Parts: sequence; C-alpha cells; structure tokens
Amino acid sequence: MIYTKDLSKSYNGTTVLNIEELSIPKGQSFGLVGNNGAGKTTYFSLLLDLIKPTTGNVTNNSVVVHQSEDWKPFTSSFIDESFLIGYLTPDEYFYFIGDLRGQNKADVDTLTSQFEDFFNDEILGKKKYLRDLSKGNQKKVGIVAALIGNPDVIILDEPFANLDPTTQIRLKKILKDLAEKQGVTVLISSHDLMHVTDVCERIVVLEKGDIVKDLETNPTTLKELEAHFASNMTVSQGEE
Amino acid sequence: MIKHFINLEWKQYFRSSYWQKSLGLNILLVFFALYFIVLFSFFGFFLLKIIKKVYPEQDPFVVANGFLFFWIMIDLMMRFFLQKLPVMSVKPLLTLPIKRSTIVNYVLGKSALNFFNFLPLFAIIPFSIMLIRDDYATPMIITWMFTMIILVFIINFFNFIVEAFSAEKELSFLPLIAVIGTLYGLDYFNILPIKSAIGNALIAVANNPILILIPTAILLLCYWYNFKILRDKLFLDGSLKSKVQEVKVANLSWTKRFGDIAPFMQLDLKLIWRNKRTKSSAFLMVIGLLYGLFFYTQPIYRDSLYAASFVGIFSTGIFLISFGQFIPAWDSGYYKMLMSQNIKYEQYLRSKFILMILSVAIMFVLGIPYIYFGWKILAVHFAAAVYNIGINSHIMLYGGSFNRKKIDLNQRAAFNYQGTGAVQWIIGLPIMLIPLILFSILNYFVAFEVALAFLILIGIVGIVLHKKLMRMITQRYLDSKYKMIDAFSQDN
Repeated sequence: MIYTKDLSKSYNGTTVLNIEELSIPKGQSFGLVGNNGAGKTTYFSLLLDLIKPTTGNVTNNSVVVHQSEDWKPFTSSFIDESFLIGYLTPDEYFYFIGDLRGQNKADVDTLTSQFEDFFNDEILGKKKYLRDLSKGNQKKVGIVAALIGNPDVIILDEPFANLDPTTQIRLKKILKDLAEKQGVTVLISSHDLMHVTDVCERIVVLEKGDIVKDLETNPTTLKELEAHFASNMTVSQGEE
Repeated sequence: MIKHFINLEWKQYFRSSYWQKSLGLNILLVFFALYFIVLFSFFGFFLLKIIKKVYPEQDPFVVANGFLFFWIMIDLMMRFFLQKLPVMSVKPLLTLPIKRSTIVNYVLGKSALNFFNFLPLFAIIPFSIMLIRDDYATPMIITWMFTMIILVFIINFFNFIVEAFSAEKELSFLPLIAVIGTLYGLDYFNILPIKSAIGNALIAVANNPILILIPTAILLLCYWYNFKILRDKLFLDGSLKSKVQEVKVANLSWTKRFGDIAPFMQLDLKLIWRNKRTKSSAFLMVIGLLYGLFFYTQPIYRDSLYAASFVGIFSTGIFLISFGQFIPAWDSGYYKMLMSQNIKYEQYLRSKFILMILSVAIMFVLGIPYIYFGWKILAVHFAAAVYNIGINSHIMLYGGSFNRKKIDLNQRAAFNYQGTGAVQWIIGLPIMLIPLILFSILNYFVAFEVALAFLILIGIVGIVLHKKLMRMITQRYLDSKYKMIDAFSQDN
C-alpha cells in the first residue's frame, strides 16, 4: 500500500530523515516509535505532502505522493490541533470534512453516532466552538474526523497523548478493529510503548532519522523495545 | 528586566518569517516614514508664513492654536486605525518571576516610542523655532513646545483607552465615532466652544509655565487608566483566554446552488461571521457605502467626477480589499489540514473569488441611490464595479499567494485589539490608485465616455480571461504550497 524508497529530508545540510526502503502492506497496523527528533512527524508530513522530500519518494497505492494528488481521496489523517477549524462546532466540522470526502449528512451522522461512548457526551450536539473545547476533546474530534469517508489509509500522529485513560482504551479498540476487520492501513506514532505494542502488528523504531529496528509484534516485543530504549539511556549517560 | 524584554522583541521581530520574506515592504515603509518626516518638517517651517498670508490681521500664534482641535481629532482618528498597542506574547511570562506591573509598564512605555509620537515633533519643533525667530518670547514658546509634546502623548494613551473599549463592542468603530462626533458636535453647534477652549488653554499654559502641571496630570491620569485596564487583563482567565461563546447557527443552505464550492462558501461565511476580526471587515462595508455622501454633498467633488471614480472603486471594493488581502491567511490556522484533504485548490480559490465579486455586486446595487447626485456618478460607479470584478479580484487572489503572515483568529495574543495596521493599507493603495489614475488621465485628455468605456473594457477583459487567470493563480498557489504551510505553522 505505502512504499517508501530512498526517502530523505534535510534542512540546511542536516539530515533529519533517511529511509532506504520501507514497505507497508494493505491492512497493516503500523506503529512508529522513537525519541523526540527521531523523525516521526517528519515522515508523516512527507506522507501527506506537507513538506517536500530532499531525495526519493513515497508511493501511496502506486501514486507518487508529491507528484499527484490522487492519493488524497483514500487517505486521511490527524497530525495536530492545527487540523481543526476553531470557529466551527464539532458537528459542523464533521459535516465539512464529510463534504470534502463526498459523504452526505446522513453518512456522517451514521459514522459519528458509533462513537457516542467515545465522545462521552461532551461533543455531539453541543453548541460549542472547537476552539473552546479542551485539548483532549479536540483530539477526539480530530481522530473521528479522520475516519470519515471510509479511507484506506489513516495516519495519526501521537493519538494517545492528551487523552484520558478510558478514552485511550476505547481508541485502542477502534484502531484494532479498523485494521483487522475493515482492512484499513493504520499508521500511528507514539511515545507510549505499551499502547503501540497493544495496537500495532508491526513496529518500526526510528533513531535520528534512521530505521534501527523493524519488529513483528509478539509477546516479547514490549520487553525488547523497553530494553532498546533503556540501553540508549545508558549509552547517552556514558557519553556525558 | 527591560533588557530581556527588548531582547525578546528584537528576536520576535527579526526571526519572524514575515520580516525575512517582505524586506521590500519594510523598505517601502521606511520610505513612507521619511516622506512624512520631510512633509511635516516643511509644514513646521512654513506654517508661520502661511498663516501670516491667510490671516494677515491676526496673531499667527493664536490662529495656530485655534486649529489644534482639528489636529487632535485627526490624530486620534489616524491612530485608532493605524496604531495598535504593541503586542507581546505575555502568556509565557506570567509564570516567571516578573511583576505584572513591570510587564504592563513595559508595554505602555514601548507604545510611547511609536512613530506616531515622533512625527508631530518634526512639525512642532521647527514651528517653535520659527516663532522664536519671529520675536516671540522664548520662555513662552519653549513652554508651549513642551505642552504640545505632552499633548502628543496624551493622545497616544487616550487612543488606547478608546481602543480598549472598542475591543469589547461588536461594532468596533462605535466608541471612536461617539467620541469624535460628540466633541465635534459640541463645538459645531456652539454648545461648548471646544475649538477655542483648547486654543485658549494652550496659550494660557504658554503664558503661565506653572500651568503645565495640568496637562502633565492628564497624561499621568491616562497612563494610570491604561495601566489599570491592562493589569486587570493580565490573567489567564481574562483577555488571554478566549471566551466561550454560544454558537449562532444560520441557515446557509442557499449556498448549495454554487455546486461543488458550496462547502467552502459555507466555511467562508462562518469564518466571516464568527470571528471578530473578519466581522469588522464586513462592517467596513457600511462605511464604504456611506463614504460617497462625504464627497457628493459638496459641489466641488460632485462635478469633478475624479472623486466619483475614487468613491466608486473604494465603495464597491471595500470588502474586496479588506477581506481579499488576507487570503489565504484567514485559513492559516488549519492550512495544513486543507492541504492534506481531498480538495481542489481551484474550488477553494473560486469560493473566495465568488464571495468577493458578490460583495462588489451588492455594494454597487446598494449604491444605486447615488443616482440622486447625477447619472454620471452612477455610471462611474458601474465602471468601477466592473473593474473591481474583472481586475482587482484577480489581483487580490494572486497577491494572496505571497501571503506569509499567519492570522490567529482565536485571538490568544494579549493586548491585541486586532485590526488592520498601516502595512495592509499601503498594499491596498495601488489597487485603488491605478484605476483612479487611468480614469483621470482619459477623462482629462480625451473624454468622460472614453474613460468610462476604458475601465469597463479592461474589467470585461479580466472577466473573459477569468478561467485562464484562475489557472495561473492556482498554479502559483501550488508552487508556493510548501512555503505557505511552513510560514503558517510558525507563530509569528
């Protein structure tokens, strides 16, 4: 589904991302982990053509992302709060996104009504602007909006941050269902190793822009990841 | 502490993407500043001679003081539209060990260094020198000069009080119009002779230097009041936090007839109606509509028709200019999202375009009663409307692709009585001046009908080439896509 070849991004000569080859098959739930500055958000921004690659390219369903816009109809994403339109209510925002993705009001209502417990009765039908919602509720709106229009690829940057524990658990279930039952390719990044190992079939570790680990998730993965990041710590302490 | 603040300001200014990408604009601003300095200095040096010529019977010093009332009014109005209290992002400073009063004093002190406060000095000081050379008593003139300087600062701080009140009103111009209108009315109908009162007061102070304490006291009072307003706002739940508003829902289903751009039209209409800053650009339309009355009620302007071409462009194009110049910065807050969505740039731009030409058409229709002042005036308005639709709308869209300054509609920045600054008006000038010049030249050298036909003709050329122009503009936006995303995701 998503094929990355010789992709690199540098700013003023400093390379922040360098991926030789990465292939994500359809229906895989894919997790990206790494410390700050590892290149997670850079990679997602490249996938969405928000920044220009220095070399190489990303192919999404055989569409070269930075050459054609044909990947947009089947790809959706939520990167950060700047994806929300502050002066709309959540309902209006869903309808707007629905309009852009060719969904009528009824389609959108059907979808959002499935998330009533996820929203915890704080979002739908409330006469409140998005800019006045709390960070966590804003995030919920953004994530659900990314599910509108039956996309084949969903990209979520740090979906678990800012959410309360109940919602985190619900979100994990939603993401798992998407990949397993509906064949959606889900790409998420996270700092929370436990959540990623729970949700993702495959986990890739980025370090300073390079892929250093590419793991199939199994019961020992969490231990392995923890060991990896802990060893990083001792190395950096040793350097000091 | 002040040192740190200045350091922060400096970095904020020079590290912003806006500064780096609009060096040309900054140079233009410097030229404007120099131009006004020279103009004011000339004025200062020759004012004495001018007054002696026009009012040979009277004491020039008294005459000059008699006009101060108008100067104060004009200065106040100019400042209201062009000068804003220096914005400083204070939220990060609140938790640091800095006294609130230090922050407030700094912001107010910085406002005193504004260009608007220095400009009058270039007129006041030469005028004082000329007066002294003309054998006026030196101590008297020196006292007068200092009183004037104090007066400049009083206006400076008084303006911020007016702005603070206007920031809370829906119709943001109301407080200013109320203040100016009341003062002018009181004087005009001889209820309170403010004009001569101000003049006499200044002369009285000049004669008794001890009285300078009175304007000083007024200045301190204005400063203290500003200080009070600002300090009360420096809390997270005060002006720094946006207020939770009830949503007003309007039925926008009529936009459906515009087909595939309907979602964007609805979004744009909500954008305009639900944000204070965009709303005030919509309210400007009322001013634009009534603007003609100011000219046409006076026979000199009514008969010349040059004024008509200006009023025509201005009144039919006022929304086009005030809204159009910030395309696509209005959407800067969620630009990344739009770019990753399944949208066609062309639809997005066409929605803005239709909104702009609709405003031109509406303004023209509402302006039809101007036919009372002669059919020629309406004819000029029509030509101006066609020109606005055919040419200026495209220029505005094209110019937008150079827009790199983010607009924070959520108004988190403290002390930001958001409005349009001097820079925006300078951009708007050529858009209004070019058709005015074209019309005037043809009207003067050839004939009225030819000038009219010419404006309409270029307008129609623009309309005919619309599809082609839109393709060009869309391409231009696509080319600068990455740069815009980058600039809009920066905070300043």
